[in-house]
Amino acid sequence: MALLSKKDANLIKDPLADNNPITIQVLGICSALAITAELKASVVMAISVLFVLGVGNVVISLLRNIIPAKIRIIVQLVVVAALVIIVDQVLKAFAYDLSKTLSVFIGLIITNCIIMGRFEAFALGNGPWKSFLDGIGNALGYGVILVIVGFFRELLGSGTLFGMKVLGDPIAKTGLYSIGYENNGFMIIPPAALIVVGIIIWVQRSRNRALIEEA
Amino acid sequence: MKEKLHQLKLKYQGKKMAPAFNALHTFLYMPNETTHSGAHVRAADDLKRTMNTVIMALVPCLLFGMFNAGYQHYSAINGFPESFSLFDHFLTWDNFWVGVTTVLPLVIVSYGVGLAIEFLFAVIKGHEVEEGYLVTGMLVPLIIPVDTPLWMLAIAVAFGVVIGKEVFGGTGMNILNPALTIRAFLFFAYPTWMSGDKVWVHEGVERAGTADAISGETVLGSLAQGSDYAYSLSDMFYGFIPGSVGETSTLLILLGALFLIFTKIASWRIMVSAVVGALVMGLIFNGIVDAGWLPEYSKFYTLMSFPYWQHLLVGGLAFGIVFMATDPVTGSQTNKGKWYYGFFIGFLSVMIRVFNPGYPEGVFLAILLMNVFAPTIDHYVVKGNIKKRLKRFKTATIYPKSSDEVDTLKTETA
Repeated sequence: MALLSKKDANLIKDPLADNNPITIQVLGICSALAITAELKASVVMAISVLFVLGVGNVVISLLRNIIPAKIRIIVQLVVVAALVIIVDQVLKAFAYDLSKTLSVFIGLIITNCIIMGRFEAFALGNGPWKSFLDGIGNALGYGVILVIVGFFRELLGSGTLFGMKVLGDPIAKTGLYSIGYENNGFMIIPPAALIVVGIIIWVQRSRNRALIEEA
Repeated sequence: MKEKLHQLKLKYQGKKMAPAFNALHTFLYMPNETTHSGAHVRAADDLKRTMNTVIMALVPCLLFGMFNAGYQHYSAINGFPESFSLFDHFLTWDNFWVGVTTVLPLVIVSYGVGLAIEFLFAVIKGHEVEEGYLVTGMLVPLIIPVDTPLWMLAIAVAFGVVIGKEVFGGTGMNILNPALTIRAFLFFAYPTWMSGDKVWVHEGVERAGTADAISGETVLGSLAQGSDYAYSLSDMFYGFIPGSVGETSTLLILLGALFLIFTKIASWRIMVSAVVGALVMGLIFNGIVDAGWLPEYSKFYTLMSFPYWQHLLVGGLAFGIVFMATDPVTGSQTNKGKWYYGFFIGFLSVMIRVFNPGYPEGVFLAILLMNVFAPTIDHYVVKGNIKKRLKRFKTATIYPKSSDEVDTLKTETA
């Protein structure tokens, strides 16, 4: 890729696979459990985090030389909070129903450890362009897992995708439901998200054994 | 045949499918290998023997469940017989045939799917096939309603064996009882097929809403709704009541329990303490009702005033205590720990029954919960023992030996 140097490209590629914030660093699990029962909510959450982390990383990176080390956490929180409020207001204005589904979890992006983690670990020590790529990469890595989990949970739990009845109508008994298929209520409840994430971790680590930690 | 299998085994040694073949081979014949070093204790109670003993204890429950499936089915259609006679109304070919067509497929699916996954994991991981599923496969059909759709059972079994057992490292490493994991999965995934008044009787669901609708509410289900039930105490004890396939007959479960205690497969400590726990909780609830602290319109009233000892006769409590709580892998290992572990299973089962009418059957949740806590209980029992001994050691008087070997000390406890 000519657009990005190899090193820069890795900033985006690594969090997508071998350094994924959810499956490898095991951060941000809380929101992955809470909002992945529907694919739509997962996608919106992923985009929100993408915005917050991308912009936030740039801002922190620009401020990195003037933030006093003692109060850097507070400064970081102010930046995240400002960005999250923007996202929240935009959602309330243009997608009110969705913002109701996501309820408190948009606000809780502030406490998402992936964001503080990237600020601390990367943006404070790197330039704005690199920080931007790092932020985008990590948010995408987070988003990919969210979308995968949301896909399986909505498909198996409600028989829909983005609210569309892809498996037929459970009440009118069409499609798969006509032969006795039923939605799996277990996939709707939050523990199922943990199990799906667990299975993703399992698959990922058995494909790349170097990722398995020493016991 | 035997010789041929031995030769075949040597031929395929180290190949990919070897574990699968070995499993069948050792199931049929005694292996022809002998050990070459050291002294060995020879005992017949290997894993397969242990598992088979439990299955033997379960067979009466299974057979009873098959007859009961038919009995409940025909009684729901024709009405319960006026004067019940065991041979005219219960042990009939018609009843048995309903059992064969409903219960046997459950057993076959349970074993088929479960063993297929066990073989698959053995081949992938390259270890021998473990016998752990033999009991689980028999327990599963006994703790679900007769009409559970087979594909649901297949999914649940796959989930239970993979997530409940194989991810922890297979037989002997699991934290949760696999059979109960399977039931919990079914319960949360397909609640309409696992509770209510339609599912306990064969064809109950198909007939719902039609003129032929039949209802077979379980005793606990009726109680949770505050309504009466039409079963006598002897019905409950002998098991002529609706419920999951193998759990209804307290008498046969008791026989199974005695058999397991006699053969020393299951721990009598867990069974006794679980019964005590259930009785204590039942007594507390009865006491609250008797003391008049609970108004009659309370939704807990009927369940709380249910005589404490009858909790043992209805639902899966007896079955769970005898066959599930005593699972040696997931239960407490220390003798003292077993008392606590069992007590809380009984205690919590009755508590969940009464306080959550949505889960009229609390036994499986109670056992799963205590499975999780079993290692913690053991930890504190061991710690407590160490502490006790240290204390004894401190107060002990140590005399030097009269001989001139000064470093060998004789300890005497105070």
